[in-house]
Amino acid sequence: MAILDKHKILEKNATLLLACSFAVVTIGGIVEIAPLFYLENTIEEVEGVRPYSPLELTGRDIYIREGCYVCHSQMIRPMRDEVERYGHYSLAAESMYDHPFQWGSKRTGPDLARVGGRYSDEWHVDHLTDPQSVVPESVMPKYGFLSHTLIEGEYVADLMSTHRIVGVPYTDEMIENASADFKVQTDPWGDFDGLMERYPGAQVRNFDGEPGITEMDALIAYLQMLGTLVDFSTFTPDASR
Amino acid sequence: MSKDLKEKYGTTGHSWDGIEELNTPMPRWWLWTFYACIFWAVLYTIAFPAWPLITGATPGVLGFSTRGQVAEDIAAVDQANMQINQQLASVELTSIAGDPELNQYAVSAGAAVFKTWCAQCHGSGAAGAVGYPNLLDDDWLWGGDIEAIHTTVTHGIRNDTDPDARYSQMPAFGTDDLLEDAQIDAVVNYVMSLSGEPQDASLVSEGAVVFEENCVSCHMEGGTGDREQGAPNLTDAIWLYGGDYATIKETVEKARFGVMPNWNARLTEAQIRAVAAYVHQLGGGE
Repeated sequence: MAILDKHKILEKNATLLLACSFAVVTIGGIVEIAPLFYLENTIEEVEGVRPYSPLELTGRDIYIREGCYVCHSQMIRPMRDEVERYGHYSLAAESMYDHPFQWGSKRTGPDLARVGGRYSDEWHVDHLTDPQSVVPESVMPKYGFLSHTLIEGEYVADLMSTHRIVGVPYTDEMIENASADFKVQTDPWGDFDGLMERYPGAQVRNFDGEPGITEMDALIAYLQMLGTLVDFSTFTPDASR
Repeated sequence: MSKDLKEKYGTTGHSWDGIEELNTPMPRWWLWTFYACIFWAVLYTIAFPAWPLITGATPGVLGFSTRGQVAEDIAAVDQANMQINQQLASVELTSIAGDPELNQYAVSAGAAVFKTWCAQCHGSGAAGAVGYPNLLDDDWLWGGDIEAIHTTVTHGIRNDTDPDARYSQMPAFGTDDLLEDAQIDAVVNYVMSLSGEPQDASLVSEGAVVFEENCVSCHMEGGTGDREQGAPNLTDAIWLYGGDYATIKETVEKARFGVMPNWNARLTEAQIRAVAAYVHQLGGGE
């Protein structure tokens, strides 16, 4: 038991114990974490995934501010029951531009990873304003005040620059046009060609049906695009992953 | 401290105020469980995907993958239901109700589809909500026979994701300045007279003229509605948004634009037919 005897040296020398513990944790980290950054099946690229448009990104900020993630996950697990209820299981690539990710850890409400297009805009307005008016058994709080807060998008360019620092590929062009793109996404009569070119698949509508851009518009724009970017009629996930 | 144990195991050499610590070895059962776990871990990393290499991880001799597993699970259920799903997807819609076995399958499967995808708007008991039609009664906007229900579920209503969606749009008579306020007031009272709601009788005849000039192309003479255009019957007591003065006035001024998603992108033909059969048998089916 020579090795066990030597172990006593570690036990009696706090600095050495600390150094050796650190070495063990480092090796564990390298083996378990580092490969996630280069293994092909963890960095799978999927066609269609793009950074959020300025309005969607603003809506996402409101989603985070209101703590929606406390009750709603955005992560459809690869299990038959989840796929039948929510749609195709989530791919890592679908949250690649999320900082921080919104996978969540608990579902008091349903998963929202593919809520986009599942309900009408009007339903979202009704439901956010008074959830029990459409789902009587719901325990969700009311968010009607979002309709009263007009937003201008004056900070959205800064928000995008911040996201660029952590790796979201917003171009200079996207940031320059942030404010204009923000406004035009709620205006179906506006010139939104540039927006569509920069953010393919963006939905342009007056989301809350009321004049002016409110937090309600931004949040619904975000909800209505969740899970819609990947076209699963053309994309087949590699089954070995 | 027992002398016997001290002789048997010795001490760790620690001694505080004469209290010594026995150097008792780990219990055998514990030690062997520990070794067994290490052995199991090695086998596990051989059997399942584990060790990271240059581009991928070792696949494991059992060939397990999470995605493969879920695909297998889904395929197994699809396989089990394939025959009856094919039958459901190919028979005449009107013949489903006549085939007890198929009908029972369709209605139970449809109930599950309804609870998952439809209940959020139409309610878990299909009684609807303000703005979302009740599916239990016999008042249908776009038709209540199984073929009409099937078309509505497949393509949806007024969505911009399916070009075949049912579509119609009521003009916003107030917001777009198509009618004067007095005219709107009159026509609202006329509409209320159609279903026998309390109304200002002095405005009804004037309202009838406004109705004749602006509303009959969709809501038809006498306000009986037109299912081709999803224009509701205004003569009954069933109201989607509300039949009181303020709500009808709001409807005339701002119009309504109820949207239903198309389900052909999310559900299979068999699922759509199942939910159509379920809704059809709820009580209002024609």
